[in-house]
Amino acid sequence: MELIDLYLDMFVSFFKIGLFGFGGGYAMIPMIHDEVVTINNWISIGEFTNIIAISQSVPGTIAFNSATYIGYSATVNLGFATWQGVIGSFVCTLAVSTPPLIIMTVICAFFSKLKDNPWLRSSLSVLKPAIIGLIAAAALMLMNGHNFIDYKSWIIFALVFIASIKKVDPILLIIISGVAGLILY
Amino acid sequence: MFITFFKIGAFTFGGGYAMIPIMRNEVVNKKKWMEDAVFMDMLAIAQSMPGPIALNTALFVGNKRNGFKGSLFSGLGVILPSFIVILLIAIVFTQFKDNPVIERIFKGIRPAVVALIAAPLIGMGKSAGITWKTLWIPIAVALLVWLLGISPMYIIVGAIIIGLAYFWFLKLNMKK
Repeated sequence: MELIDLYLDMFVSFFKIGLFGFGGGYAMIPMIHDEVVTINNWISIGEFTNIIAISQSVPGTIAFNSATYIGYSATVNLGFATWQGVIGSFVCTLAVSTPPLIIMTVICAFFSKLKDNPWLRSSLSVLKPAIIGLIAAAALMLMNGHNFIDYKSWIIFALVFIASIKKVDPILLIIISGVAGLILY
Repeated sequence: MFITFFKIGAFTFGGGYAMIPIMRNEVVNKKKWMEDAVFMDMLAIAQSMPGPIALNTALFVGNKRNGFKGSLFSGLGVILPSFIVILLIAIVFTQFKDNPVIERIFKGIRPAVVALIAAPLIGMGKSAGITWKTLWIPIAVALLVWLLGISPMYIIVGAIIIGLAYFWFLKLNMKK
């Protein structure tokens, strides 16, 4: 595959992700998964989950972190050099941030009119529960045989789930599960 | 402005929502760039638009202060730190991807990631005002996307259209 074609494809994919990325990072996971794993086969499902894990453990938002990572990883996975991967990473990050830049510029111009617009409010009233559904889909999608290999995976899942509801720091939980993985497997 | 947002971007772990209180403190209390009421109004809009809330808020503050140029710099500031960090991690990590020790660590982490995504759902459902009557919406969406592989983009467009149609329907009924 030509490098330029790859960059173009990645730009289009991540532009779409940025454009439809209502509800922030978690809600965007099914869309990112669709584009980079299912449609384009840029990375494997296992690597995808690793990337989400890394994105959660580093400063910044999940949407951007995963765009940056996938841009690099997809390019290098196809056999291109490191510096070409760096450009790929730049392309994806730029693509995912362009729609918000355009939309927010327009919004700023009409801010006072939009603030209490009933049309906007009505569409958001349906969008909000739909976004929660998308996040649930993200969780269900990742509950696959690749991420849950045996009963130990389910024990880790259950413990982290409870700890997370009890407001334990997510980065701490990721570190503990990493250590647990090292000991258990 | 670039420096302020760079700092916010560099030191905030845990995604967009963790950044908001810090941004509010910097923008409203320390720098006095805008009043708190304006910031809160803007946050409500930033939250409902596509894109990460942290970026949208940064873009909005930038635009209010300095127009399009302002939003370019504030946006760049909030993105750049994690871009550099993630890129370095990606470069190092792709070389160790198939290392057996790394693989064992990730075998433990992967189910934890799924739990971290699933756990906030209950709280989010409550704060989005979901009742027993509207519970079918997230369930239907989750099943459509997960089981039938429907693209989330159609879901988003569909939800917007249904919301608009519903309001149109209400307006028609009020006129009668």
